[in-house]
Amino acid sequence: MCNQTVGLIAAELERQGIPTVAIQLLRVVAEKVGPPRSLCVPFKHGYPLGEPGNPEMQHKVIEAALSMLEQPDLKPPAIIDYQL
Amino acid sequence: MGEISEFSFTVRLFVKTYKWRRIDPVPWTPPTMPLSESRVAVVSSAGFVLPDQEPFDKKMKGGDPSYRLIPGDTDVSTLIDAHRSDSFDHTGMDQDPNLVFPLDRMRELVGSGRIGELAPRHPSMMGSITAPGRMIKQTAPEAASNLVEDQVDVALLVPV
Repeated sequence: MCNQTVGLIAAELERQGIPTVAIQLLRVVAEKVGPPRSLCVPFKHGYPLGEPGNPEMQHKVIEAALSMLEQPDLKPPAIIDYQL
Repeated sequence: MGEISEFSFTVRLFVKTYKWRRIDPVPWTPPTMPLSESRVAVVSSAGFVLPDQEPFDKKMKGGDPSYRLIPGDTDVSTLIDAHRSDSFDHTGMDQDPNLVFPLDRMRELVGSGRIGELAPRHPSMMGSITAPGRMIKQTAPEAASNLVEDQVDVALLVPV
């Protein structure tokens, strides 16, 4: 449900003029709900940025998400799979 | 990828049969400035609250659609896990709140110049909202307008 919740909030933010990128833990939900920009990550629920106490890994995931905002060729709903 | 198979049978059945809310049309706001000049907000559905904030209502039918605003200068170790769902493992986020609410990581990105600055307020929700009507109509627009007031340029959303 968390995936849908952040997707719906992302949509509202974009409606109000704020660009977003949403991390998503279940590709099937990202496809059904369709947030504007989704980074699908290969981690279990509860671990959206990978590992606790691993700032380097957390930074890699955040960087992959933020970089979606720098790709002008993406079209909504844009889904990118995070590569480990 | 999180896998459907990590859930119990009941939750798997729910994921299969639940009527997911499709965003249609999909709104699209292209960024207007480089990230290095942008004010960035985090939105997390991990259900964190501060000690002086009311916890989320774990019993509300359909899920508590309210949100808390977490100040940008919050020490993440003070965040309290008020998420009701037992369908995911809380161990990681309880050990390291940055796993789901990465304020320290964002501060580091401000330090390195990758992003411009951290927003003054960051919405925290409890994501297990099965009946999102009130959230769509009321609380999501309110949270979004808080970020508009704060002149936020970009938002990163993190589910659990």
